[in-house]
Amino acid sequence: MATALGDDGVLPRAGRGDALARWIARHPLTSLLIAIAVIFVLWLVLAPWPAGFEDVFGRKRLFINALFNGITLGGLYFLVATGFTLIFGLMRNVNLAHGSLYLFGGYIGYEAAVWTGSWLLSYVFAFVCCALVGATMQVLIFRRMEGQDLRQTLVTLGLSIVFSDLMVWVWGGNAIQIDTPDYLMGPVPTPIVVAVKSSGEAIFLQYPRVRLVIFAAAVLIGIGMWLALHRTRIGVMIRAGVDDRDMLSVLGYRVQLLFVLVFAFGAGLAGMAGIVGGTFQSISLGEDSHFLLASLVVVIVGGMGSIPGAALGALVIGLSEQFGLVYFQNYATVSTFLIMVVVLALRPQGLLGKR
Amino acid sequence: MAISDTGTVRATGVSGRTSARWLAEHSPSLLLGLFLVLLPAVATDFVLDQIVGWTLVLGMIALSLMFLAGYGGMVSLVQMTVAGLAGYMITVFGASSLPTISLFWPWWVAAPIAILIAVAFGTLAGALSARTEGIYTIMITLALASAFFYLTLQNWSIFNGFNGFTTIPAPIFLGINWKSPVPLYYLILFFAALSYAAVLYVSRAPFGIALQGARDNPRRMKAIGFNVTAHRIAAYAFAALIAAIGGILLVWLNNQISPGTAGIQATIDLLVIAVVGGLGHPIGAFVGAFIYVILRTFALDALVAVGLDARRFQTIIGLGFLVIVFFSPDGVVGIWRRWSARAGSPPGRNGP
Repeated sequence: MATALGDDGVLPRAGRGDALARWIARHPLTSLLIAIAVIFVLWLVLAPWPAGFEDVFGRKRLFINALFNGITLGGLYFLVATGFTLIFGLMRNVNLAHGSLYLFGGYIGYEAAVWTGSWLLSYVFAFVCCALVGATMQVLIFRRMEGQDLRQTLVTLGLSIVFSDLMVWVWGGNAIQIDTPDYLMGPVPTPIVVAVKSSGEAIFLQYPRVRLVIFAAAVLIGIGMWLALHRTRIGVMIRAGVDDRDMLSVLGYRVQLLFVLVFAFGAGLAGMAGIVGGTFQSISLGEDSHFLLASLVVVIVGGMGSIPGAALGALVIGLSEQFGLVYFQNYATVSTFLIMVVVLALRPQGLLGKR
Repeated sequence: MAISDTGTVRATGVSGRTSARWLAEHSPSLLLGLFLVLLPAVATDFVLDQIVGWTLVLGMIALSLMFLAGYGGMVSLVQMTVAGLAGYMITVFGASSLPTISLFWPWWVAAPIAILIAVAFGTLAGALSARTEGIYTIMITLALASAFFYLTLQNWSIFNGFNGFTTIPAPIFLGINWKSPVPLYYLILFFAALSYAAVLYVSRAPFGIALQGARDNPRRMKAIGFNVTAHRIAAYAFAALIAAIGGILLVWLNNQISPGTAGIQATIDLLVIAVVGGLGHPIGAFVGAFIYVILRTFALDALVAVGLDARRFQTIIGLGFLVIVFFSPDGVVGIWRRWSARAGSPPGRNGP
C-alpha cells in the first residue's frame, strides 16, 4: 500500500476507493489472488462443506469453532497487547511486568465481582487498581532511570518476580474462574451452517454470547483508541511522542504527564483484560507469563509501537493458536512461535511496524 | 547501556609488564584457582557437587550471557535454552533410562553432536535477533526461549514431554568413572576455567574489541568497515559453545533433564544471576551463580529459622535483584570494584 501511495503526490487528496482501485490496477495478479482467497474463506465459512472436503479438513464444526475462538481470543490478546505496545512505543520500556498486571486485574476483578455482585463494575475496579499500580511504577521507578532501556526492563523483570510471588501468597495457586453474568450466558444462534442432517435440514452454529460481546467490546475499544489517537489533542501528543519524544518535550509539552497517563492506561487495559481472561478461561499461577509472552509475540509479529499492528498480530496469533489446537495438537504453541520466527526473518520490524 | 568495561583498557601494554607485576595483578585469580583445585581434599561431596559444581556450571551458562550482554550489548535470554538443548541432545544421542528414545551412542560421538546442534541453534537465534537493536533482543530471545520450553513440554517423541529424562550419567573414559563426585568436579572445574579464560582472551582479542565497539557505537563501526551483524552473530556462536558445554555438564551433574531445566523460570533466573553478579567482568557470572546457589540451598531453612514463610523465596530473589539493579547496575562485582578503588588497593582497576 505504502509504495503505491507514495509514488505520486496527488494521492493523499484522492479518496480511499480511488486508491484501492489504483492499487488493484497496479497489482492485478496479487489482487486477483487476494480476491480468490477472500471468496474461498467466505465460502468455507458460509456454505455447507461437501463430503470429500470434510474428509480432508475434518468436520466443519471444528473449523468454524476454531475460527470463532481464534478471533475472539485475538480480541483478548489485543486488549493485553495494546497497552504493552503503547508503553513500549512511547517510553521504550519493555514492561515485563505486564503479564503480572493482567493477572492482578483478573484477581481484583474476581474479588470485586464477588463483593459487588456486578460483573461490569468489576471492570472499573480492575482498571482503576491496575492503572494506579502502573502510574505508581512510572512515577516512583521509571522516571528515575529515564533513557536507560536495559535497566528499566530489568526492573520490570524484578517486579514481575515479586508480584507473581505475592499474588500466589494472597490468592493461592488454584485456578479462579470469574462467573459470566446471567444476561450474557448461553449461546447465540448464528446464520452459519456447520452441518447438514441426513434429512437435509441444516444445523446452524451456536456460539457463546459472552465471547461475541467481549469481542465486540475489544473492537470498540480498538476503534475508540484509534479515534483518540488520531482525533484528539492528547492523541496527537502521544503519536508525536512515539515518533520523537525528545522533540515533543523540547516543544514544551508535558511529556512526563503523558508518560504517566499512557502507563496508567496501558496497565488499566491489561487489568481489564484479566477479567476477560478470567471469564473466557480462568486465571491462575503462570497465566502472567503466558500473557506476557502472548503480548511479546503479538507485538513482535504486528510491529512494535503500532496499534493496528497489535490488532493484526493479535488476530494472527489467536487464530494460529486455535487452529493449531485443532489441527496440530502437539505443536499448537510452537506453531505460534514459528509464525514469529518467520515474520522476524522476513520483516524484522513486524508486519505493520516502521523503521 | 550502563555496562562498564575494562577489557579495552587493559589490552595495551601487557607485553611491557614484568612477570612479578603479572603475578601481583593476577594473584587473586591464581589463589582462587589453587583453592578450587585443592578443594576436594577437604570438602564433602555435597559441597563439591551441590554447591561448587552447581556454581561453576550455572556460572558457565551465565558467562555466555555475560559475554553477549557485557561485551556485545545483547541481553540474550536464549542462553539457558541453548544449554537445555545441548542437555537434551546428549540424552537423546547418549544414554538415559529411556531406551525407546536414547540412542546410546558413545560419549565422544554424542557430545560433539549435541554441542554442534546447540551451537547451530544459538547461532540461528542470534541471526534472528542480531538484526534488531538493543532492547528488542530481550523480547525476541525471551519468546524463542519460551517456544523451546513449550516444545519440550508438548513433544513426546524426542523430548519426552513433561517427564523429561532421568538417569543420565557422565560417561566412563580414560579409565575414570566421571560420574563419581570428585572426577565430575574436576571435569566441571576444567571446562569452567577454560571458558573463563576463553572469554577473557576473546574480550581482548581484535574480535572482542570490535564487538565492544559495535556495542558502543554500531553506526561508527559500520562506517569504518566492520560488519556489525556478522560480529554479533559470531558472538552468539561463541557464547552458544560455552552454554552448550555448560548444558551437558549440567545434565551430567543433575542426572536428569526436564522442560523446567530450560523453562521460563530458569531463563529468568539465569538473567538474575548474570545481572546480580555483574555484566562488567566475566567473574561476575560465577559470583552471581554462587550467590544464587547459596540462596537456593540455604534460604529456605534460613527463612523458616527467622520465622518467615519458606515459600517467599522468589520474593527474596526478586527484591534482592531489584536492590542490585537500583543501586549497583554493574552488580556485586561493581560494588567490589568501587570499594577496592576507594581503598586504593589494586592499581589499574577502573573506578566507578
